[in-house]
Amino acid sequence: MGAIVYGHFTDELDLLNAVKELKNKKIHIADVRTPFPVHGLDTALKYPRSHLPKIAFAAGLIGGSLGLLFQIWVFTKGWPLNFGGKPYLSIPSFIPVTFELTVLFAAFAMGIAFLLRSNLGPGKIPNILDDDVTNDHFQVILAAKNNNLSEIELAEALEAAGAIDVKQVNATT
Amino acid sequence: MEKQNIPEPVPFKFGNKLKIYLGIAAGIGLIALLIAVFFQQLPSERIWANLWMNALMFVFLGLGALFFWTVNTLGESTWQINIQRIMESMGLTIPFAIIFFIAAFPGLKDLFEWTHTEHLDDLLQKKTGYLNLPFWMLRFAFYFALWSFFAIYLRKMSVKNDFEPQEKYLARLRATSGWFIVFFAITSSTAAWDWLMSIDAHWFSTLYGWYIFSGMFVSALAVIIIIAAAFKHFGILPNVNSEHLHDLGKYLFGFSIFWAYLWLSQFLLIWYSNIPEETIYFVERTKNFGTLFYVNVIVNFLFPFLALMTRGAKRQPLYLAIVAIIVLFGHYLDLYLAIMPGAVGHENTSIGLLEIGLPLFYLAAFMALFFTFFEKAKPVPANHPYFIESSSYENI
Repeated sequence: MGAIVYGHFTDELDLLNAVKELKNKKIHIADVRTPFPVHGLDTALKYPRSHLPKIAFAAGLIGGSLGLLFQIWVFTKGWPLNFGGKPYLSIPSFIPVTFELTVLFAAFAMGIAFLLRSNLGPGKIPNILDDDVTNDHFQVILAAKNNNLSEIELAEALEAAGAIDVKQVNATT
Repeated sequence: MEKQNIPEPVPFKFGNKLKIYLGIAAGIGLIALLIAVFFQQLPSERIWANLWMNALMFVFLGLGALFFWTVNTLGESTWQINIQRIMESMGLTIPFAIIFFIAAFPGLKDLFEWTHTEHLDDLLQKKTGYLNLPFWMLRFAFYFALWSFFAIYLRKMSVKNDFEPQEKYLARLRATSGWFIVFFAITSSTAAWDWLMSIDAHWFSTLYGWYIFSGMFVSALAVIIIIAAAFKHFGILPNVNSEHLHDLGKYLFGFSIFWAYLWLSQFLLIWYSNIPEETIYFVERTKNFGTLFYVNVIVNFLFPFLALMTRGAKRQPLYLAIVAIIVLFGHYLDLYLAIMPGAVGHENTSIGLLEIGLPLFYLAAFMALFFTFFEKAKPVPANHPYFIESSSYENI
């Protein structure tokens, strides 16, 4: 896919400042990898809002209505049972199950959607460029194909932003 | 956190214009009461029940705000510093609620069946150990002494830190907050039994205290939101931004669901077990207050659940404030449904001038007290170590 250049930072504030500086120079940042979530990084990278809440709402709606309809079908058509003389169609007693199915569908849909969207999942071989990023380093990755600059210029921009360990690799992804 | 240009809050002035508005509102409320007493010839229990309901709402707003503040202080949350003085000033209104309660005391015989000691049935006879007037009065005094002490002491510590910042004041604030929560956990339940559940003296529900507490907390949150959004709009609290409203909106959203959870838990178990002495409570409300009974659930659960679901909704001050106002109305209705069927009965109650006008008087009194206390201290705690973070934090 072409060459990529990455640089490391050891402090989250340095990372945030560097990201802002690179963005100001109109350099496209392919990815930032951090050992823990960094507050304000999303805004600094100007990422759009995630669509996960919409998926959660849609899946919750589907789960809730399916759960309610299924119970209504079971207790009126499928296998009507008399519980303590209550009417067959007793909505209050369906509420807990409906609630649980709403939560279940929403949670699973969010988890699965996140894994699909982030290219993660069981059996995925992690593409780690540098082992330090699994420990305490913050990594900014620049791809040559996304920028008009050469690899050397990108490396210089990273170093100017305060990065250490600036390296160039020909990555496959 | 990086230090940005954080504007200094402007000292708040409780202006004459505001006083005139509040005076007009209070006047309308009083006129509504006078008309109800002298011209409409309403049954006495309906008037007492209204006074009682409004006194309860009054103290609930203060208590809920005090609870919210103490929880945040104990948890050392940083975001709330900019709106902390709103909660403090709301909490300080608690001692004044005594006046409104005492104003309704002559009607205790009309409100509470168990006060008629001369003819009690067997069931109420067995409850006299707890439900008797002297012990009830003693508990009443104890609750107010306790809550007032905490409201005043916590405010004192908070203001002291403005002038001579010392770690010991903040430490005392934290420790006392913890004690308040311990006492509040018990007294919020017992007060709900004393003041609300004992109206239907034969009936009982073990989670009633929590149910009332959740409604109280949501109402207080709604008022905090309305005040915070208004203060942001008028530039009194320049550091309150969409982040604070977002967090308050999350609380309103979450605790509306919590309220619905308790509402359903109470309803479902009573409906399911179908024991006459328990179902009487809901039979009365669904049969004779049918529309309001369902409106209550829609306004207090379905509406905030859908209206506050998105991120944008919680960050839009005007929108959030409108939702908060509607939810506040909803919880007033919830209180109405808790009191009226038992205290007045469906034949004598309806929503008229009294029910709509009288709350204005209490609201005006509450806001006047609130503004008075808010004016007395700086609008934002000075010298607070968390101030910068509270002014520059971001929600993810």
